[in-house]
Amino acid sequence: MKNQTKIIADKGVQELFIIREFNAPRELVFKAFTDPDLLLQWLGPCDMTMEIDYLDNRTGGSYRFIHRSANGQAFGFNGAIHEINEPERMIRTFEFEGLPERGHVVLETATFDALPDNRTKLTIQSVFRSIADRDGMVASGMEYGVNDSHNKLDELLEKQLV
Amino acid sequence: MRRDVFQAIADPTRREIINLIAHQTLTPNGVADSFDVSRQAISKHIKILTECGIISINKQGREHYCFIQPKKLDEVADWLADFRKIWDSRFDRLDNLLIKMQTNTDKSKPK
Repeated sequence: MKNQTKIIADKGVQELFIIREFNAPRELVFKAFTDPDLLLQWLGPCDMTMEIDYLDNRTGGSYRFIHRSANGQAFGFNGAIHEINEPERMIRTFEFEGLPERGHVVLETATFDALPDNRTKLTIQSVFRSIADRDGMVASGMEYGVNDSHNKLDELLEKQLV
Repeated sequence: MRRDVFQAIADPTRREIINLIAHQTLTPNGVADSFDVSRQAISKHIKILTECGIISINKQGREHYCFIQPKKLDEVADWLADFRKIWDSRFDRLDNLLIKMQTNTDKSKPK
């Protein structure tokens, strides 16, 4: 049976959890989260190409990724890497560059728990600066610019047409 | 153009307007008085919210009032659906990659 993705976003708090199990040992799952060649194969939204501007994967490092749509729109996001503790834990910040103002930073902690039979439980906790930040990001899907109907171009057009 | 509850709540000002009208029925000007932005901007947001079906505007006496449509707001109960979908497809790709990595460990090594 397919592993289910669980999202927990309780009302009125600034955090959310993304929880998923994988049928692979955590060393491999961790590697898929940190190796640039592997990241490119799964992290980008399916209708966009993903580029790694830079990725300095170590405690005290930083990263910047760009998602580019077919029509040339680019969505950048970057952050500081607070901790790389292979293969257990990764802590980093995340900021989507497409927001109207800077500073809406998210603190992400990814925990990789070893399960029996070489399986892994991944828990990503994202802590936002405000409840509005969290709700806005979840509701708009803006973080990824994935959804055509949700993307920034629509927002722009809407502002001009309405 | 997308007009549903998710579009409605995607903007922080619109979320505040919803919150405001959920607690009291107000005229569009009454709504605008609660915000620092221009009346014109608020009026655009109200227009979007009406098109999304979140609020309706009815005339009572001489004035027009904004009313919340609670049923429509219930759709937000599954507001996580799109977000879950994004991660689902992403993790499905990761599943496939992990299978590849396990069957062909040489190729998974970083170059």
